[in-house]
Amino acid sequence: MNDTGAPLIQMRGIQRTYTMGDNLVHALRGVDLTIEHGASVAIMGTSGSGKSTMMNIMGCLDQPTKGSYLLDGRDVARLSRAQLADVRGRMIGFVFQSFNLLSRTTALENVEMPLMYQGVPARQRRERAMAALERVGLAKRHDHHPNQLSGGQQQRVAIARALVTEAPVIMADEPTGNLDTKTSYEVMGILQGLVAQGKTVILVTHESDIAAYAARVVTLRDGLIIDDKTQTPLDARAHGDAA
Amino acid sequence: MTLFSTLKLAVRALWRNKVRTMLTMLGIVFGIGAVIAMVSSGQGAQQAVKDVFKSMGTNVLVVTNQNQRGPGPSAGGGGGAALTYDDIKALQSGEISTISAVAPILQTRTQVVSDQANWNTSVIGTQASWFTVRSWKAAEGMTFDEDTGNSNAKVTVLGRTVAVQLFGDARSAVGQTVRVNGQPYEVIGVLETKGQGPMGDNDDTMVIPLKTYQQKMDRGLAKYFRGMLLVQMTGDDVAEKTMADITALLRDNHKLKLTDEDDFRIRNPAEWAKAQQDSTERISMLLAIVAAVSLFVGGIGVMNIMLVSVIERTREIGIRMAVGAKPKDVMLQFLVESLMLSALGGVLGLLLGYGAAHLMADVFGWKMVFPVETAVIAFVVSGGVGVGFGLYPAVRASRLDPITALRYET
Repeated sequence: MNDTGAPLIQMRGIQRTYTMGDNLVHALRGVDLTIEHGASVAIMGTSGSGKSTMMNIMGCLDQPTKGSYLLDGRDVARLSRAQLADVRGRMIGFVFQSFNLLSRTTALENVEMPLMYQGVPARQRRERAMAALERVGLAKRHDHHPNQLSGGQQQRVAIARALVTEAPVIMADEPTGNLDTKTSYEVMGILQGLVAQGKTVILVTHESDIAAYAARVVTLRDGLIIDDKTQTPLDARAHGDAA
Repeated sequence: MTLFSTLKLAVRALWRNKVRTMLTMLGIVFGIGAVIAMVSSGQGAQQAVKDVFKSMGTNVLVVTNQNQRGPGPSAGGGGGAALTYDDIKALQSGEISTISAVAPILQTRTQVVSDQANWNTSVIGTQASWFTVRSWKAAEGMTFDEDTGNSNAKVTVLGRTVAVQLFGDARSAVGQTVRVNGQPYEVIGVLETKGQGPMGDNDDTMVIPLKTYQQKMDRGLAKYFRGMLLVQMTGDDVAEKTMADITALLRDNHKLKLTDEDDFRIRNPAEWAKAQQDSTERISMLLAIVAAVSLFVGGIGVMNIMLVSVIERTREIGIRMAVGAKPKDVMLQFLVESLMLSALGGVLGLLLGYGAAHLMADVFGWKMVFPVETAVIAFVVSGGVGVGFGLYPAVRASRLDPITALRYET
């Protein structure tokens, strides 16, 4: 991944405009942002600040209206839908606020799913998915359906799903938004552990105490970056132990 | 994504909505079933028509008097017969090379009596050639030989129905006596069964020599022949020539002038058969079209349910796309699902159609024809329906924008 020497994320003059009925909504009004490999970044902002839009563009789920976005040196605007899907599958693991697990499908199968689209044979898929569940401490519950798991456990399954492809980037959109404080610490602990293992973790949140676990905090307001600072992150695992 | 994983996903998705899957499948099941049943019974009906005319004898022409409605003196009414016994001899002389046999038939319905029972049947006066023309053999005893057929012996060959009605069974009939108009006839044989024919039960008949018929059942030996001639030809491609030859011969014999109309009629049962077959074919074609329409409607049902399914699973599609499903993967997933739905419906429809065809064959008394080509075609078509009607929903699913799909609230 690093062999291009390019930064992981390089955004220049990114704008994103939606039409909502008759109104034009400017979600992003020109954002420049560079994120290096292995970084731990929190994107902060209130609701409507454009932070989710920014993550969607970073994660190749959405395309900017204007501006250039290079992901690991590749111009995303030039990729086809199929290529974008491939980039998402191999480079990025998503963790969503609402978990986005497939219901009536076991935890193991949920974790296996990304590998299916990479053509990994069934046996390997199973092994890798089990290993990923092991990493989030849920191997024992691999045959549970999401509705049989607590919110925290569901989010851990989602994290396992993001890990299973060995993608270098984890993008988490309000990963603790639906969780209680204690579970939030657990989830943040896992994410911090991933940074320690060399992964890039990009976190979108509106809570400053969650952003405190990141080494860099980028703050958005009304579609523009208003603050970008580095900090010494809190250790969530210490917190978790304390709690 | 491997094919196996795709198939597994489709099975699971279909299994998840069992009732819906079954109801949707019903449309295909009935569509395919109807097509199979209609084509099969259409072919069965045609085969039945073919068999009926085959039982009359193959390559046969029917020669009658012009003003005669049906065979036999009863229909002949008050004279007006133009065919003569000399005509028969002339036709049998071999003068027309394409004629292989001529069987004159006099016929009437009357009461026939044995010691135990009586029965109303059609009595036929004819010659030995009749058995050849109709390719009808004796199951018990024998049929007429040339001499018997040409004699005025009081002997008879019974159709199976008559034998059974009068004597209980075919075997014990031989050697017994049947009385007609007070005259005793010795039973020398019982014919093989032929079943239903165009004029009813083929086996409901009693055959006696032509001359005997003339003397005992009719007005005695006469010049004019008030019956029907079955003329067997040497092949099926000589019908036109033979008809022309017979016409020429008979016109000559009857000394008709050029301006005179024929006083006899020649008909080709093969042509009736063809007409019959054509009309059955048209009807079965029509039914098959109706069935095809129902299959089409079934296909629309599949499309409908697949569209609903795509909408219901918008979020799932979004998740799959987020973790790396390409548009092609999503499309294939839905396509395989609808293909599987239709193909399964096709298989069940095949069974249903087979059952229905079997039932119809039983009810209408024709042979069960299972149209293998049609079955294969129907199966392929049901698959095609699945792909054809599943394509639009599948393409729609694959074109979903990942972020819109992810945010979709059900």
